[in-house]
Amino acid sequence: MKPMLKFLFPLAVLVVLLGFFAVGLKLDPREVPSPLVNKPAPKFHLPKLGNPSEFVTTDDMLGKVWLLNVWASWCSACREEHPLLVEMSRRGEVPLVGLDYKDTDPEGQAVLSEGGNPYSVVATDADGRVGIDYGVYGVPETYVIDKAGIIRYKQIGPITEEALREKIMPLVKGL
Amino acid sequence: MIPDLGNYALILALLLAFAQSGFSLTGAARGNVVFMGAGTSAAVGQFLFTGIAFLCLGYSFYANDFSVLYVASNSNSALPLQYRLAAIWGGHEGSMLLWTMTLALWTFAVTIFSRNLPQVFRARLIGTMGLVTIGFLTFILFTSNPFERLIPAVLDGRDLNPLLQDPGMVFHPPVLYMGYVGFSVAFGFAIAALLGGELTPEWARWTRPWTTVAWMFLTVGIAFGSKWAYYELGWGGWWFWDAVENASFMPWLVGTALIHSLAVTEKRDAFKLWTVLLAIIAFSLSLLGTFLVRSGVLTSVHAFATDPRRGLFILCLLMLVIGGALILFAIRAPRVGLGGKFGMVSRESFLLTNNVIMVAAAGSVMLGTLYPLFVDALGMGKISVGPPYFDTVFVPVVMPAIFLMGLAIFARWKNSDLKELLAKLKWAFVASVLMAVLIPVMMGHWRPLVSVGLLGSLWIFTTALISLRDRLKRRTEGLASHLIHMSRAYLGMIVAHIGVAVFIVGVTLVKGYEVEQDLRMAPGDVAEVGGYAFRFDEMRQEVGANYTSAVGHFSVTRHGSPVTVLEPEKRIYVVQNSPMTEAAISAGLVNDLYVSLGEPLSDQAWAVRIYIKPFVQWIWAGCLLMAAGGFLALLDPRYRRKVRGDAAEGQV
Repeated sequence: MKPMLKFLFPLAVLVVLLGFFAVGLKLDPREVPSPLVNKPAPKFHLPKLGNPSEFVTTDDMLGKVWLLNVWASWCSACREEHPLLVEMSRRGEVPLVGLDYKDTDPEGQAVLSEGGNPYSVVATDADGRVGIDYGVYGVPETYVIDKAGIIRYKQIGPITEEALREKIMPLVKGL
Repeated sequence: MIPDLGNYALILALLLAFAQSGFSLTGAARGNVVFMGAGTSAAVGQFLFTGIAFLCLGYSFYANDFSVLYVASNSNSALPLQYRLAAIWGGHEGSMLLWTMTLALWTFAVTIFSRNLPQVFRARLIGTMGLVTIGFLTFILFTSNPFERLIPAVLDGRDLNPLLQDPGMVFHPPVLYMGYVGFSVAFGFAIAALLGGELTPEWARWTRPWTTVAWMFLTVGIAFGSKWAYYELGWGGWWFWDAVENASFMPWLVGTALIHSLAVTEKRDAFKLWTVLLAIIAFSLSLLGTFLVRSGVLTSVHAFATDPRRGLFILCLLMLVIGGALILFAIRAPRVGLGGKFGMVSRESFLLTNNVIMVAAAGSVMLGTLYPLFVDALGMGKISVGPPYFDTVFVPVVMPAIFLMGLAIFARWKNSDLKELLAKLKWAFVASVLMAVLIPVMMGHWRPLVSVGLLGSLWIFTTALISLRDRLKRRTEGLASHLIHMSRAYLGMIVAHIGVAVFIVGVTLVKGYEVEQDLRMAPGDVAEVGGYAFRFDEMRQEVGANYTSAVGHFSVTRHGSPVTVLEPEKRIYVVQNSPMTEAAISAGLVNDLYVSLGEPLSDQAWAVRIYIKPFVQWIWAGCLLMAAGGFLALLDPRYRRKVRGDAAEGQV
């Protein structure tokens, strides 16, 4: 038996390696955790889409768990994500604030009138300053922000049904 | 029409691969000659139909058939023909088809050149290769079909990634794959031997030429890739320890160990289990490389679009192929004897030590490559491992191997006298040390690492020369005719080892003495770099087949006399609107002059990189010499002998 064990050693190495690979397959090496997670969400005070004389501020949302969705009319991945957002807002489980990033008002409004408006309110970030504060590096991105105004999660790229079901909603419900 | 034919051809190839392994393995198990013959015929058929599929994909690229999704994603009607054809392997699906095509080619070669093997053994070999083929053809058909249609067809394709529009793309992947996949033959030999339960010196002699050919292709393929990165990426590096480079380097290291270990098994009937295990590991590392590249578990410049389903499939394939092989190894290994005994100081022991070093080196590369994955999988965060790790770990690990390389060629089989060895080589060592210290001093300034590198290189070189002189002293005929009649295997070994020495010279001197300058230059400016004057004369616009280009004109002079003219380019590829840097290089025996354009800084001035790369060409020349050594060894007549002769000379 003993010599046999020695010859099983290469197989054991393989099993350990394959175990790591199996776990590794589920991970995305490009996914870099945002340094802003568990930090206070940067404050903003921005004109409201459709009515620039009114303002949207982060202070309005204090005491609520909310999602901040960064989008733009020029972003095709946002269109992909849009129907899911509309459906989510219909269920009304969590307020969704939009940040229309580096966009013009008419074009932004056109998207909402075409595809439906899932947002409780949309702030316009025409020059992208707030986007920089939030460390946006590709639209769409979505932040989960808790009652104390702390960012708890950042979704890079479009929200998928899976991400919504397994990450975002359980997190929102737990806060 | 043609793409559909290709698809059907692939399906038929898969069915034939089933027949290939089914008939071969059952035939071998039952001793049924008809079955074994049928298995071989099926293997030839499998090669033909995989070939037809490959040609169909090639034709779709040639004819700009944008109703094929893969063609539409990787080609464009403005793309020059040679790149349209190279685009066959420009993406994931086509690369996998090239993989299978290469495997089919190797299988076909086995059916032709292994006629003198015992029939049962040959059937097991072909059957094993068929199993691997089944895995890859299934993978292609179910997860990565290159013939998938795009309906409605698009008017024009998205073009080949401009980075890949280079002659390197035409040669690098096929040559590299020939090496990578070629280890499947050694793997097949190992499995066939384990199935039969017999590991004989004959087995090693049959395996050697196949392994050597695969190793040569891999050597040249890696060198090609390195050279391509050097001139294409525009920052003058020749090796980046990128995950995918490492994926090709690990099988190379183990393959190098394997060809040496096979030599011992053939000559001395020793290291048998070790040799078989190396053959399994070499091919396993090729498969692992494929997994790493195709599954997206690691980030790399080589990774194409990734899909977890594909990753899972290859993972299962790895489990079946490597796991199956290692289980078979564990079952059969206790039955195989240890073979010839040898003393502490002997050629065997030196070769074994070097073998272990090669495997350890491959292990250290693997650890560095996979470490980010391990850490991430354990939930300990994201890290990346870069060149500093590899430089600090890899170099000290292979150092002793270089020293032993010199000793091993003088050591006798079985038992050697250390004192005698040292007495013989002490002058070679002293001379190497002296020159290693003096040469850097002559080059301007002395650096310890340069001396260490040169010492290794000079040691290999002087010992090789002494060994050659010893052989020539024993001659009974004229010098020329003696060289011709000298054992090819021996000459091949000497040439390959000198290749290693040349390679080390290149690596050491380019690391030690390269000059790099990033400058802001406007037309009329002159920059003095490393004793050369680079004058930026003018900038002009040019239009290529599928790009527009800004071309800089630089006159290079040294002490006032003209040396060369360099024309680096900044291209914009129209379809994807992506910029591309084409460095201008004047290659030379002792110096490469390298100019590449960065970004335009104002309407006149440009960011310009000027590099002087001493002896950098020696890196690739060394690789070519190693491959040439392999080629010489292949010419050794004993591989073409049917029955083992009695006059095999005592060399590796």
